[in-house]
Amino acid sequence: MLWQQLLNGLTLGSTYALIALGYTMVYGIVQLINFAHGEIYMVGAFVGLFLVITWDVNLGIAMVGAMAVCMVLGVLVERIAYRPLRGKSSRLSPLISALGASIFLSTLMALIAGVNTRRYPAVVDLSSYSLGPIQVSSMQVVILLVSAGLMIGLQFLVRRTRIGKAMRACSQDLDAAALMGINVNRVISYTFAIGSALAAAGGVMVGVYYNAVWPYMGTMAGLKAFAAAVLGGIGSIPGAMLGGLTLGIMEIMGVAYISSSFKDAIAFGILILVLILRPQGILGEKKNKKV
Amino acid sequence: MPVLELQGVSQEFGGLRALDSIDLQVEQNSIFGIIGPNGAGKTTLFNVITGIYPPTEGRLIFQDQPIAALSSHKVARLGIGRTFQNIRLFNRLSVIDNVKVAANWNRSAGLLASLLGLPSYSREQSQSQEKAEALIDMMGLYAKRMEYAQSLSYGEQRRLEIARALAAVPSLLLLDEPAAGMNSSEKLELMDLIWKIRDDMQLTILLVEHDMHLVMNICEQIAVLDYGRKIAEGDPDAIKRDPRVIQSYLGVER
Repeated sequence: MLWQQLLNGLTLGSTYALIALGYTMVYGIVQLINFAHGEIYMVGAFVGLFLVITWDVNLGIAMVGAMAVCMVLGVLVERIAYRPLRGKSSRLSPLISALGASIFLSTLMALIAGVNTRRYPAVVDLSSYSLGPIQVSSMQVVILLVSAGLMIGLQFLVRRTRIGKAMRACSQDLDAAALMGINVNRVISYTFAIGSALAAAGGVMVGVYYNAVWPYMGTMAGLKAFAAAVLGGIGSIPGAMLGGLTLGIMEIMGVAYISSSFKDAIAFGILILVLILRPQGILGEKKNKKV
Repeated sequence: MPVLELQGVSQEFGGLRALDSIDLQVEQNSIFGIIGPNGAGKTTLFNVITGIYPPTEGRLIFQDQPIAALSSHKVARLGIGRTFQNIRLFNRLSVIDNVKVAANWNRSAGLLASLLGLPSYSREQSQSQEKAEALIDMMGLYAKRMEYAQSLSYGEQRRLEIARALAAVPSLLLLDEPAAGMNSSEKLELMDLIWKIRDDMQLTILLVEHDMHLVMNICEQIAVLDYGRKIAEGDPDAIKRDPRVIQSYLGVER
């Protein structure tokens, strides 16, 4: 029972982690909570669904297609809704613009696809295997493996490549990075593209796993992932991974051992507790105020 | 021939005129000092030159090219490097990555090549690694190249900032109070380093500094700012004798 719940929690947590990474990377560089990020995840789920229905593609191609479309969408959202406001107004304006972008995207999808919940055709053999006392579904295996692969890939990108190092430099001092010849706007575009691709992969997999896709699915998933990013320490990439997994496991445990009606209350209760006890999150760094 | 020329450059913040029609000509391969009391507009001048904010009025010409309207990263890529009054390193990057991240952005291998590890990318990587190591060695930081920048001592951080500013091979280097917080032997080393950089790398140095001993020793030309205006310019001996400079900044020796 416990092991089964742990596995379920890890699966859910991996999807939170994938979305949380986008929040934390963007926050790390431009100190903006990108509230439209949950909607990118939703669009990813729909693009995957569209590809599967129209061309009968397999899950892998559906995911790659969704990631590509969302990369472009994420960059566009930044160009249109955030960049014109950057540096020219208070920090509140981009936040409000983010809320606007979020509402725009979910409403647009509702207009295009209708508000009803759509179901994925069977793209994965939904059988499950018994591993001792636990039941593992094939989709759980896919989610765990793909998430782990994407996160390892992200770590490699951020630690080893030139653009990754530029991203880290920008997150530490944006002005100094520009003065050293780094094209800050380009780095920000890359950051949105990468974060959006991860969210899109999460959207397709969750759509298949729960067999449900609808235009407002990004709202709660986005909030949960944001909570996970804060839990892990916003701005920290390992923090977002850890926060996502922690939140997923705790939520599932709460459902299993307390009550399923407390599901969301548990997730956000944890967020409030963390903010009181450790405002910088599990792996977050305490910011020294610049004088 | 001047490498950098300012013509009537003014900068206003709200109602405050932080720079008031500054004219300046910085000759190629010279060491040019800017001095003046706190709040005279010295750092603002650096910020205007490096494109942090465009000047309210006036023209900036760097190597025959107007740069007043360019953004910071473009100014940097044209060949102006700088350091900061309060050190602004990338603290959680290694010493070598601080230098590499600033090195020559006009390269051919793109993101795809880097992700796929194509030969064009790995060749560039090893070249930039060598250049970065040479720079760090010149600054005496080779043994610490893999450490985080934040773990360096104060003097080492100052040297790393210079190495980072040199990474893109600038033709003009701006040093904002390079000697701040240094003791007298460190200041002597710094003077040697500045001469060495100028001679070895054939570049022009523009520096803001409060330490008069250092300024008078290494600068060939000095401009004095006060309340955003240039009140004097000349070689060190002329500046030392200028009555306006003595009154507003240097003070009277008793």
